[in-house]
Amino acid sequence: MSLLGVLIVVAGFALRFNPLLVVTVAGIVSALLAGMTPLQILDAFGTGFSDSRSISLAFIVLPVIGLAERYGLQQRAKTLIGRAARLTAGRLLLLYLFVRQVAAALGLTSIGGVAQMVRPVIYPMAEGAVMRAHGKHLPASVTEAVKAHSAAADTVGAFFGEDVFVAIGAVLLITGYVDANYHLKLDALQIAIWALPTAVAAFVIHGWRLLRLDGTLAAMVRDSAGEGELKA
Amino acid sequence: MIGAQWVYWLAGAFFLSAGIQVARDRHHAKRWTSAAFWLLLGASFFYGSFVHGRSGGMPAAGSWPAWPLGLAAIAMACIAGLGLTSPGAVRTTSEAEREASAARKRNLLFVPALTIPVVTVAFSAGLSRVAIDGRPLLARGQETLVGLGAAAAIALIVGAVALRPRDPFVAFREGRRLLESIGWAVLLPQMLGVLGGLFTQAGVGGQVGAIAQHLVPEHSRILAVLVYALGMAAFTIAMGNAFAAFPIMTAAVGWPVLVQHLHAHPAPTFAIGMLAGYCGTLCTPMAANFNLVPPALLEMNDKYGQIKVQIPTAAALFVVNVALLLVLPFL
Repeated sequence: MSLLGVLIVVAGFALRFNPLLVVTVAGIVSALLAGMTPLQILDAFGTGFSDSRSISLAFIVLPVIGLAERYGLQQRAKTLIGRAARLTAGRLLLLYLFVRQVAAALGLTSIGGVAQMVRPVIYPMAEGAVMRAHGKHLPASVTEAVKAHSAAADTVGAFFGEDVFVAIGAVLLITGYVDANYHLKLDALQIAIWALPTAVAAFVIHGWRLLRLDGTLAAMVRDSAGEGELKA
Repeated sequence: MIGAQWVYWLAGAFFLSAGIQVARDRHHAKRWTSAAFWLLLGASFFYGSFVHGRSGGMPAAGSWPAWPLGLAAIAMACIAGLGLTSPGAVRTTSEAEREASAARKRNLLFVPALTIPVVTVAFSAGLSRVAIDGRPLLARGQETLVGLGAAAAIALIVGAVALRPRDPFVAFREGRRLLESIGWAVLLPQMLGVLGGLFTQAGVGGQVGAIAQHLVPEHSRILAVLVYALGMAAFTIAMGNAFAAFPIMTAAVGWPVLVQHLHAHPAPTFAIGMLAGYCGTLCTPMAANFNLVPPALLEMNDKYGQIKVQIPTAAALFVVNVALLLVLPFL
């Protein structure tokens, strides 16, 4: 019966209700099933909220980041990455993966992102590199692949970079949750260090795939050219 | 001894400042509900310090009742969950002004941002060893949080010196702009933390654990690790968020079976377990902001194109995580 709360979460997310409402309702239902009184439920929400405040501390850096953005931080970062324009698509995305991962590991997740970086800078540069190699008229499948890989490099880099930054949600959620529920005292830095091997593996695996991307794209261009000749 | 309480108050003050700005913004589309959300959030960061929680710093005797905070949390979830908050139009620099400024300030722009990780690490690695009269300067286990608070404060000063804004409070306007653009998602991680606690009290972990223990024979390290990692990935795919899966699978398998029964070291177990969940995040449309918004922004024909590219990396990385979980926590 107590699994009903989990079901509500799965169904609520699947039906695209607002996650905050889903989580709140699932919490109240779970608590009622556990036989708690309304006052006990409110107390549980209160202590839980107080105990998990550390997760939200990451937001206190927003004023500084906003200040630097106001003076052109993103534009400067774009200028720096723009100097790598001589690379092939695969190597460019590999470099971006590296920069994104390292920046996120230092807590600088606002450097990068699909809206700020990939659409205006990274994707056009990657596509430009493919055009330099294969001519201006690329098959639609190649353009799609370049777009998908540009977005994926950003997400993989951000995920497996920020997991080693001590002040980001994931690390603080682990220490906050575990300390509150199991009476441990885990230091955030310890969690971040144990996330390092996976971060390195993510770079090696995804980086290796990016290095093979140029060959894959070339084959896609050849294949579609072959199809074009057959049709002609 | 310096603890994390003042860092919570710093964060509370920042949320309050955002709330006050919204309340004074006559052109804000959802002025009063948005202001109420941020003001409540700010106030609860102060109130929370006087509630006797498990990680609270205050003695039980002088503590305040927790239920008003619970009421505030549910109120905030309802305000934001029902779409009653929205970002206001904050005046900031134009793209052209930023280009011109970037050309002038050059790499100086990175200094305030880089101050944050440098100071945070200096606190958690360096100052954590400093003791005065035999008592540690920073509260144990809270070095990183204290460091983050100090870093945010120091970086603001560094930013003011390096970038010389005419109005010193402009950083809080820019902070409000970013905070409002994140919107209700600011509250979600904490509410998921609350839910995890309630799941534990309702015995969800025990139930999933009972199911998991049917799958995990006693003393089988390989099966226990597989169930923990697969459960993290599967729950994450279903919920779109590894943060939601973590409390469930940790209460079910990670803590009782791996740590308590098989004596796995907790830090690597939980760190890598969470990352097994991240592999699920790469594969799920439920994580819309990571996997569906980018293809839309890039005007792709296949809105699942990014997920398809990410699945091979996620699968290989999942295997790596299982291998790491089999070894590192048992060293």
